[in-house]
Amino acid sequence: MAVETSVLTDTEDVATDATAPVAGKRKLLFLRNGKAITGLAILGFFAVLAVVGEWIAPYDPSAVSPDILQPPSGAHWFGTTHLGQDILSQVLVGTRGVLVVGLVAGVLATVIGVLIGVTAGFVGGAGDETLSALSNIFLVIPQLPLIILIAGQLPSAGGLTVAAVIAVTGWAWGARVLRAQTLSLRKRDFVEAARANGERTWRIVLAEILPNLTAIIAAGFVGTVTFAVLSQITLAFIGVTSVSEWNWGTILFWAQGNLALQRGAWWWFVPAGLCIALLGMALTLINFGIDEFVNPRLRSTGLHARTLRKRGIRPRIGFTPVVHEAKEDRS
Amino acid sequence: MRFFVRRGIFYVVTAWAAVTINFIIPRLMPGDPVKAIMAKSQGRLDSSAEAAIRTLFGLDEQKSIWQQYLDYWNLLLHGNLGVSFTYYPTPVAEMIRQTLPWTVGLVGVATVIAFVVGTLLGTGIGWRRGTWADSLLPISTFFSAVPYFWLGLVVIAIFSVNLGWFPSSGAYDRSMVPAFTPEFIGSVLYYGTLPALTIVVSSIAGWILGMRNMMVTVSSEDYVTVAQAKGLSERAVVFGYAARNAILPQISSFALSLGFIVGGTLIMEMVFSYPGIGFLLYNATTNHDYTLMQGCFLVITLSVLVANIVADFVYAALDPRTRQEG
Repeated sequence: MAVETSVLTDTEDVATDATAPVAGKRKLLFLRNGKAITGLAILGFFAVLAVVGEWIAPYDPSAVSPDILQPPSGAHWFGTTHLGQDILSQVLVGTRGVLVVGLVAGVLATVIGVLIGVTAGFVGGAGDETLSALSNIFLVIPQLPLIILIAGQLPSAGGLTVAAVIAVTGWAWGARVLRAQTLSLRKRDFVEAARANGERTWRIVLAEILPNLTAIIAAGFVGTVTFAVLSQITLAFIGVTSVSEWNWGTILFWAQGNLALQRGAWWWFVPAGLCIALLGMALTLINFGIDEFVNPRLRSTGLHARTLRKRGIRPRIGFTPVVHEAKEDRS
Repeated sequence: MRFFVRRGIFYVVTAWAAVTINFIIPRLMPGDPVKAIMAKSQGRLDSSAEAAIRTLFGLDEQKSIWQQYLDYWNLLLHGNLGVSFTYYPTPVAEMIRQTLPWTVGLVGVATVIAFVVGTLLGTGIGWRRGTWADSLLPISTFFSAVPYFWLGLVVIAIFSVNLGWFPSSGAYDRSMVPAFTPEFIGSVLYYGTLPALTIVVSSIAGWILGMRNMMVTVSSEDYVTVAQAKGLSERAVVFGYAARNAILPQISSFALSLGFIVGGTLIMEMVFSYPGIGFLLYNATTNHDYTLMQGCFLVITLSVLVANIVADFVYAALDPRTRQEG
């Protein structure tokens, strides 16, 4: 996989400006991807909301007012709840909880995944067998019921506890992918060379292996954050976690509990749901960006199919996109 | 054969791990839930029930943890998952037995439909890339980013509250007696349409994407080019050469993502008040009915394991390499 990427990077260099350093090009390559930019922009928007949400919220999210179950209006942009609480304020204040839990769970799970996955791939033998069996077990056991089981038995499940539970149950996917990739890197020439040079094991792992896993670690991280956000919102929605902390799931919990559907109060559950969908989509788009960055076949087929079709070539089979692209660019 | 032995050992270990997790979790929790439960039940639970609960929960102070573990296995192997607190003295195993068929029916059918339709769509999109079919990708991304339960809420709001086409909760008409009559089966299908449709819509995106990406990768392989060069019909090339190889990772990812899908669909049951095991788990959680929660978790995990085994057999049937070894 690393080989293909390097081939592609070369052709990109030919295609654009050969004077710039390769490292700078690589970064640019990722940022030139429309999907990744869109995703990052949406994520940035929510990150800003998470920081300033409490200050720009027009009302106190828990404050009761006489405007009961009002549809969206000038005073309440997203309408009000059965107690006259302002839904826009609830969404704004709740953003922080969602992002913090997602981030903490993502970081924790990624750390566990890297530790277990890279160790399993690098060590090999019996240690590898044990660790991959462990991660496979965690993959097969349904995570959401397990999280509900743990969170439901805890006396008080606040945001950070939930993040820890999600991380402990959700690291396995990243570990599995990392193990496979480490396994293929372990016998590469540059690692063998480092070993022949007498480098210490931890240095080989840190300086030779890990940099080559960056894209996969990033993809795993983004995937875990997505999963953590969805799980946390689901937990809040079914009322397993503390309902006094505002997040988007809590809004939906109250909406469901107070028959918002039957009363036709669509404004109560639509904004929170759309926010979840937007955030989830942003994270998925970032992951597509990383995927296409790592796997050049996906990228070039997606990009060039349209231009090929304009020239009357039906993009079906039998062309190697990387080489083809290089020729096109040179001509 | 070696493939099956390996997988067999793996499933045994996983089942053991699930049971052990189930055993350990309540023992790691702070506080004494049994005391709380006995106080809450106000004398409805007698002392023998307390002993059984203590064994299941591992709060038996006199016994060593090892002895507790053996007792726990003993109870499980006799099919005893304990007694529900909320619906005392109904055994948990009995309650799960009533709900499991509904879940297997709903989730099973919906997941299989999503897999088959999604894989076919993905084949088409992957083959005809660069056409209008590519525009399906962002739409399906949106649906995969939405939490299952929220989509369920919206679907209920539109189709059952506003349009009144479908019922919003339950699995069959309450006035009917469950039996194998055409009316009853019709009612089950009618009530199941909305939840099943929602599960299909929200889980299909992953299959489309996975298959599309594999098709893109596979279609530049030499054997596909050769098939095309031989002058085979496009249909034969797509299904006989490209899709046939592209589907293998789909099936192994089906096995791996099953746990995730099942988790999502269980929440769907909660939204639709569908009398399956997810709804039971939800009720158990809101009522702090710990034995019921644990029973549900165990049965869900074991069901996912069974589904995984089936996926393995399918994989072995499709991929001759797994059969050749040994």
